[in-house]
Amino acid sequence: MSQTAPPPTAGAPSPQTQGRDWRAVARRVAQGSAVTSVLAVVVALVLGAILIAAANSQVQATAGYLFARPGDFFAALGRTIADSYSALFQGAVVNLSASSAGDFLRPLTNTIGHAVPLIFAGLGLGIGFRAGLFNIGAQGQIIFGAIFCGYIGFAWHLPVGVHLVLCVLGAFVGGALWGFIPGILKAKTGANEVIVTIMLNSVAAFFLGWLLTREAFRKPGSSDPLSPTLDASAHYPSLFGTRANLGFVLAVAAAIGVWWLMERSTLGFAIRAVGANPAAAQTAGLSVAGATVWTMVLAGGLAGLAATSQLLSTSAQQLNSDVAGTFGFDAITVALLGRSKPLGTVAAGLLFGGLKAGGYLMQASTDTPIDVILVLQSVVVLLIAAPPLVKAIFHLPDEDRQARKAAKQARLALRTEATA
Amino acid sequence: MRLELCGVTKRFGAFVANDAVSVTVEPGEIHALLGENGAGKSTLMNVLFGLYRADGGEIRLDGKPVQFAGPGEAMAAGIGMVHQHFMLIPVFTVAENVVMGHEPVKAAGLIDLAAARRRVKEISDRFGFDVDPDALVDDLPVGAQQRVEIIKALSRKAEILILDEPTAVLTPQETDELMAIMRQLKQSGTSIVFITHKLREVQEVADKITVIRHGKVVGQALPTASQAELAELMVGHAVGLKVDKSPAQAADLALEVEGVSLVDQSGLTLLDNISFQVAKGEILAVAGVQGNGQTELTQILIGLRPTTAGRISLGGRDLTGASVHQILDAGVGFVPEDRSKDGMVASFNIGENLVLDQVDHDPFSQRGALKIGAIADNARTQIGAFDVRAPGPEATIGTLSGGNQQKVVLARELSRELRLLIASQPTRGVDVGSIEFIHERIVAERDKGTPVVIVSTELDEVVALADRIAVMYRGRFVGVVPADTPRGVLGLMMAGVPYAEAVAQPAAGETTPGGSASQPAAGGDGATT
Amino acid sequence: MSATAITGLSLGGGAKTSAPISWKVPIALTALTLLVGVGFSVGVGPGEVSHVTIETGNSWSGRPTFDLPTRASVIVLALVAALAAGYSWWRASRRLKIGRWVPAVAGAALVVAFLLWAVGGREQSLQATSLLSGALFLSVPLIFGALSGCICEHVGVINVSIEGQLLAGACLAAVVGSITGNPWIGLICAPIAGALVGCLLALFAVRYWVDHIIVGVVLNVLVTGLTSYLFSTVLERHAVFATRVQLPRWEIPLLRDIPVLGPVLFRQNVLTYIMFVVVVVLQIFLFKSRWGLRLRACGEHPKAADTVGIKVNRTRVLNTILGGAVAGLGGAYFTVAAGLAFGKEMSAGRGYIALAAMILGGWKPKGAILAALLFGFADNLQNALGVVGVEIPSQFMLMAPYLVTIFAVAGVVGRMRPPAAEGQAYKG
Repeated sequence: MSQTAPPPTAGAPSPQTQGRDWRAVARRVAQGSAVTSVLAVVVALVLGAILIAAANSQVQATAGYLFARPGDFFAALGRTIADSYSALFQGAVVNLSASSAGDFLRPLTNTIGHAVPLIFAGLGLGIGFRAGLFNIGAQGQIIFGAIFCGYIGFAWHLPVGVHLVLCVLGAFVGGALWGFIPGILKAKTGANEVIVTIMLNSVAAFFLGWLLTREAFRKPGSSDPLSPTLDASAHYPSLFGTRANLGFVLAVAAAIGVWWLMERSTLGFAIRAVGANPAAAQTAGLSVAGATVWTMVLAGGLAGLAATSQLLSTSAQQLNSDVAGTFGFDAITVALLGRSKPLGTVAAGLLFGGLKAGGYLMQASTDTPIDVILVLQSVVVLLIAAPPLVKAIFHLPDEDRQARKAAKQARLALRTEATA
Repeated sequence: MRLELCGVTKRFGAFVANDAVSVTVEPGEIHALLGENGAGKSTLMNVLFGLYRADGGEIRLDGKPVQFAGPGEAMAAGIGMVHQHFMLIPVFTVAENVVMGHEPVKAAGLIDLAAARRRVKEISDRFGFDVDPDALVDDLPVGAQQRVEIIKALSRKAEILILDEPTAVLTPQETDELMAIMRQLKQSGTSIVFITHKLREVQEVADKITVIRHGKVVGQALPTASQAELAELMVGHAVGLKVDKSPAQAADLALEVEGVSLVDQSGLTLLDNISFQVAKGEILAVAGVQGNGQTELTQILIGLRPTTAGRISLGGRDLTGASVHQILDAGVGFVPEDRSKDGMVASFNIGENLVLDQVDHDPFSQRGALKIGAIADNARTQIGAFDVRAPGPEATIGTLSGGNQQKVVLARELSRELRLLIASQPTRGVDVGSIEFIHERIVAERDKGTPVVIVSTELDEVVALADRIAVMYRGRFVGVVPADTPRGVLGLMMAGVPYAEAVAQPAAGETTPGGSASQPAAGGDGATT
Repeated sequence: MSATAITGLSLGGGAKTSAPISWKVPIALTALTLLVGVGFSVGVGPGEVSHVTIETGNSWSGRPTFDLPTRASVIVLALVAALAAGYSWWRASRRLKIGRWVPAVAGAALVVAFLLWAVGGREQSLQATSLLSGALFLSVPLIFGALSGCICEHVGVINVSIEGQLLAGACLAAVVGSITGNPWIGLICAPIAGALVGCLLALFAVRYWVDHIIVGVVLNVLVTGLTSYLFSTVLERHAVFATRVQLPRWEIPLLRDIPVLGPVLFRQNVLTYIMFVVVVVLQIFLFKSRWGLRLRACGEHPKAADTVGIKVNRTRVLNTILGGAVAGLGGAYFTVAAGLAFGKEMSAGRGYIALAAMILGGWKPKGAILAALLFGFADNLQNALGVVGVEIPSQFMLMAPYLVTIFAVAGVVGRMRPPAAEGQAYKG
């Protein structure tokens, strides 16, 4: 037995089975009931409150004489937390001290403004997750979307309508192009998409930095790395005179489109099949390579659209090196929280958009830095991904887990018995 | 050491895998646990080995009740286990694998490799195993890997050795060697629990037989019991493994495979110059021990891997180098050997799985849009036609039993006009009731005039279905022989002995599948390679 | 296998079919050689000279500057690369394995050619020694991060939170160092911070079976949020937390006088020496010790480890925490080693680069270190060339290591083998 017999492996999982079962991840997240989600938010808010209180100078001062006058301490504690969260709420949802209806709802429109890029990029990432691809490259894809969109916006002078459409298309194409690269590399050479997309994020950022030093991308007569202002003809029209604009409508439409694609089209069927079981998909004649490339192109394109909400909003924008902010990374948590489903992504995008909008007001009015929002976001996502932990924190009976575990073991047992 | 299992019960949710099982293994005894796939043998042994915790009952060693929280404790108590799927780490050397968990160490926790090698040497010399302690396990053939497992158990002073389906991956000759090793171990006082579903092996080597069915002990027997008696105990009803089928009405040639070879990147020859033909209306069964190139052959036939050399044509149409999609479109139905890996998407529902490889065709989609109604209609029809026991078309396929999953896969492949059916291990992990059904369906497809290629490592299945049998060994066809070739001859061929020589060996002709001892006429359909 | 079984079967006989040859490496090398070799030698004026200064390490011979004729040197180096490429064609056509050193030699020759070309015709001299020693220092956090990745991946846990561990280590080291006024105490605290992040990773990945990459990404956000919040609310406002302290630079007697190597390796910050020790210890212990054997068993085949009595999940938890500590120690680079106070997001994505280095290095400590050094070198190249006054857009210089990684991942690493059970929860 030395020459030609293929030695069967010693029972280690074969490389093909190593694809991450994103469906399983999604299922796990989905099984966290609404209760778990609410409790996760509660835990996050409590942790946030502790951070807010700990950093507050008044709370610190009163803690110094806690035992002498505990009343002072608890009053300061309560006031600090209440003020911060009240500011967070009023900055994200409605302004309770507003004089007009417009002012009353303005925070909500701010929230929408912050949510739109998260929704676009989150939708793209969600498609990737369901295809079994961990695309960390939304950041770079947004940057490329911004480069195309921005250039069309300031360099071409076109009539109203046409200009907007071309800018939006440009953003999609730019992002899609940057998504195509990891897609085709993965499909043709098996290059790990996590690494390639991380690398491409940096490459995109440096490329944008270089472009902004070029004549063609710089504001005439300025040496700052800023592009000329985009034409007004390329701006999204406002919705009912508020700060919310057509971009939100487009994001919702994109969500519906993604739903149709994933649930009702043959391409979506292939993407889901490839994500859940690439070996079976290939055996069934579905093109794993094709699904991979299409997924990355669509994901990139959607991420590219995220750039439009920055560049095409009425508060006139220029292309600058910070155009993508941290939307690409925030969108990962959005897609995770949204369970990679379109509706969930829209909801998660609005939640995180609201946290951001509220975070700015909180920072301005209560001296609580907006960084605390990052902590809230990450805690929420972590806890929702681990429902048993939430249940343990609240001493809830964890029946599903027991049942799941038992069912899993039964399946495992059957499988070991069955394979001879 | 005397091992007693008293009323051991193990449940997984509502499913009772072991129901008050009692078995006693005397010192120095080879005790066979006989039962079908899924009868609960492996679960019982995993309970004994501390991998599962029993829900009831007691384990006694030499009369003393014991409880194992994990395999470590079981081993410390003198129990060793050779798992069906080897518990070896492919990238470690033999010595590393053997000492893992109780490593001899020098200063600073560095492993004393010399001592590790000595341990391997000591045992392999005692039993005459030829194992190099420094070889990577990944590079060893299966038989040698199994010996490493045995060394691993013995190096921990195991007095009771559990062998879980040890012959599943061995050739008949390697199996004989294993039997010899088992007898030798018994001589040296080791008790052996031998888990299997193969009657002949039990008769050959066991001192005592306990038969398990549906998680319960249904009887004890001595090796002198007849195969029929044992089979009936094991399955619960008299088994006729023979499928009722009329002689093949073979017509024109359909599938022609010429000189197909496959060499992988590292230069290993996986398939070596394979040629055969299958005519319309006949079943060619490919027999052989697992891992001799059958998987690669089916992968090439369906287009999952490109050939390095050779030609494949179906009904005169050249399919060499065609994609899976093109081959499926050419009318090839394919049942993969590993259903859950290649045949279905576990998280998809039955309806989706039933159209997995036809989703971009009429009537299931139109211009890229799925036709949900047509997919649902199809699911209802096929569930009825193939008697799939499921809550409904929306049920996730992963929740069904193996037999029902396999029916879904088969239904998908047989639901269209086929020009060729390739079914690999069509009844692996399938309950007896479904096996009959699936075999009947395959024969019915043949009778419609479809050429069929069956690949099976179960000789019983090969013999039951085949019109002709091709035997594979190390990537080659040892020969293509008539269906009534004696079992002994097939066994030798599975170890690489050419037909002519196999027939000439004295022991070969003793048993035939049909029970008649007639020697087939040599020649005729003889070896083609 | 008995002898009878094989009789009469001539194995592998008949028409022998051979595996298709992979021409990937030869083609890539040739293309690169032609591109760089021709491009650089053509673009040089005939009389141009490249000045290169090397610190010999000896006090008496000082810092000699070599004046190399640019075009001739570039051509010679291109020929070296061409030879390597030719060798790879020959090996490939014979179906022989092409050693890793072949692309390495070609790559090194081309990089040097590039350097000489870049400084060709300049007044300023290229400070070769400081280019290398600076590169080594810049790669310190990458190496610690990559080693952390190695430990975690070999035990079966994917550690994407290296970034967060570096950041946490940097933060705690700076704060404690500042409060105590002692950089050594800060240094000791760095691994503790990293280990805490490792604890969280282990908790969610091992205990709660959350997908490892998800936990890693989210932990990075969490640590960024926490440290930035701490920075804005406390560190920024009180000088007691923001005093700079710095670990000393040690010049090792005798060793520092070794020509070239001395100045590069043995006139370094203390943290660099600690790194040498960690590197050597890990490389040995990961592959030769009981700890390493058990650790790798859990990452390759956890069930097999379990069946010989190794507590898989406990091993995973402990070593994930250890991995976190190693990365946390690397975080000290940003603050107490560099002599800086903590700043927001000061790890600036190095953790992700470390992850890339680990993968590029094929999940092995040795390879990971080489890849990390490569990144450090590219990082420092920009500084070194800037001094000489070469105007290559800095963005492209900075981009280079990322592009190299993409090419490598697509061309070479595609076939490398990660630990078989990495990222899979063990539920046994």
